Amino acid sequence: MMIPACRLADLPRGEAHRLDLDPPVSLFHTDDGEVFAIDDTCTHQDASLADGWLEGSEVECPLHASKFDLRTGAVDSPPAKLPVRTHQVLIEDGMIYVQPSTEAPNLPPCIAARLAGGPA
Amino acid sequence: MRTVAVVGASLAGLSAARSLRKQGFDGRLIVIGDEQHRPYDRPPLSKEFLAGTVREADLALETDGEDLQAEWLLGVRAAGFDPGDHAVRLADGRSVRADGVVIATGATARMLPGGDGLDGVHTLRTLDDARALRADLARGGRLVVIGGGFIGAEVASTAYGLGLDVTVVEAAPTPLAGPLGEVMGGVVSTLHADHGVRLLCGVGVKGLSGSARVDAVLLEDGRSIPADTVVIGVGARPCVEWLEGSGVVLDDGVKCGADGRTSVAGVVAVGDCASWYDPFAGVHRRVEHWTGARERPDAAVAALLSAGAATPAAPRPPYFWSDQYGVRIQFAGHSAGADSVTVEEGLPDERSFLAVYRRSGHPVAVLGMNQPRLFTRWRKQLATATL
Ligand SMILES: Cc1cc2nc3c(=O)[nH]c(=O)nc-3n(C[C@H](O)[C@H](O)[C@H](O)COP(=O)(O)OP(=O)(O)OC[C@H]3O[C@@H](n4cnc5c(N)ncnc54)[C@H](O)[C@@H]3O)c2cc1C
Ligand code: FES
Repeated sequence: MMIPACRLADLPRGEAHRLDLDPPVSLFHTDDGEVFAIDDTCTHQDASLADGWLEGSEVECPLHASKFDLRTGAVDSPPAKLPVRTHQVLIEDGMIYVQPSTEAPNLPPCIAARLAGGPA
Repeated sequence: MRTVAVVGASLAGLSAARSLRKQGFDGRLIVIGDEQHRPYDRPPLSKEFLAGTVREADLALETDGEDLQAEWLLGVRAAGFDPGDHAVRLADGRSVRADGVVIATGATARMLPGGDGLDGVHTLRTLDDARALRADLARGGRLVVIGGGFIGAEVASTAYGLGLDVTVVEAAPTPLAGPLGEVMGGVVSTLHADHGVRLLCGVGVKGLSGSARVDAVLLEDGRSIPADTVVIGVGARPCVEWLEGSGVVLDDGVKCGADGRTSVAGVVAVGDCASWYDPFAGVHRRVEHWTGARERPDAAVAALLSAGAATPAAPRPPYFWSDQYGVRIQFAGHSAGADSVTVEEGLPDERSFLAVYRRSGHPVAVLGMNQPRLFTRWRKQLATATL
């Protein structure tokens, strides 16, 4: 199912836009003009990658600087160890659509524990 | 270069080993570490691990199935270094000869004189320290933290969350004034009072009392603060004794150039034990933060493999974070040279703001409380401003 996210014109290059899905997804418009969608929550701890530092086709987590590849979701180095999911993006008539991945997300331990009803 | 020995098997050592392989070193790689554990992450030791919300397995720094083709000599201490034949002497009598050596032995928590004889008295640097402290905090009761720096404040915050009655004793008039300056040190340390954690400033500790187990902290002004558990968080000193007399020049840690090279050819130093030359400030500094220990090994390894011919990329300004009482604190740059600090966004009273430190009008450092997005933008600006 394609979800309308935002207008391409409202997402300048170098910026990110966070979608309030469950779990949240973020769109990134690179300086080269490409648009990618990945899970917004870092796999290390509860940080929003939309708050991070976009460089080329990588985003650096705003807290502890692990870098995620927007194309593959792969992470480069600790402290995060698991990739984020990537989602398919479609741009039509100036509108960005996202098709959420059906894979299980790699949520950080603190959030996974909260969802499982464990200690917050 | 056929053989490289990395001494210290924690964040800086692992990062160096990874950089070596990434930068094409395919020779023999030996990693020496005095702890029994594989490389693990320390920041959670005062936070989530101490609180019981992340498990030991989550602390691992290596990923599943990662194989650096290294020989790991764990549980053995480097006891000396002979620069003539580049041999690292181990405490068990063995010796490792290597063409290149990476010194990554980190730092060790400072103790107070007389502190280590009593049960219930802790420092916090290693996983074993954290296990022992966690067991003591589970007893509940009164915790006294000596030292209001970042680690002391984080332990106080975690222990408060676990339901203990917490007092922090700080010798300086304001905690965190060293890294953050007086004003912002004061602002950040109001977090203690928000939660009913007592903060006693400007008073030194005379000693500890107790027979087998600690029962009080004695202050220089004559007060005695009852305690069931005590944590000493008064800083760390670099682990470089093993290099004394080796010819590797030491000065509050291993003295290095702007690319991690030491006074001995083929030897570099990284992480908390290393005092790198800072070309912007024109001084040597030892930076005890996670991100430096993770990133600087890239430059040091490039210098090692090229015998100094590689030009190091300009380092990003030092960065650290701290989590206290559910508030995210982030800092980048150097506050020392600042002549002003102003709140640019948000409100200190709401524990959500961004402050910029300036010298002669130019930003030199930035502090954020619960402002990761703005902080990231400012940190980026700071990095480009220093180029
Ligand atoms: C409790 C705690 C919380 C922290 N929280 C934060 C935080 O929130 N944010 C932040 O930016 N930073 C934080 N830090 C700092 C960060 O963890 C350090 O900067 C980082 O661990 C430095 O890595 P390192 O590899 O240089 O040194 P270390 O991690 O100290 O590792 C050095 C290793 O070398 C070993 N070693 C020492 N001597 C020898 C020898 N002679 N022979 C062999 N091995 C030896 C040691 O046992 C150790 O395993 C925290 C540190 C602690 C202790
Ligand atoms: S929260 Fe992203 S690297 Fe730690």
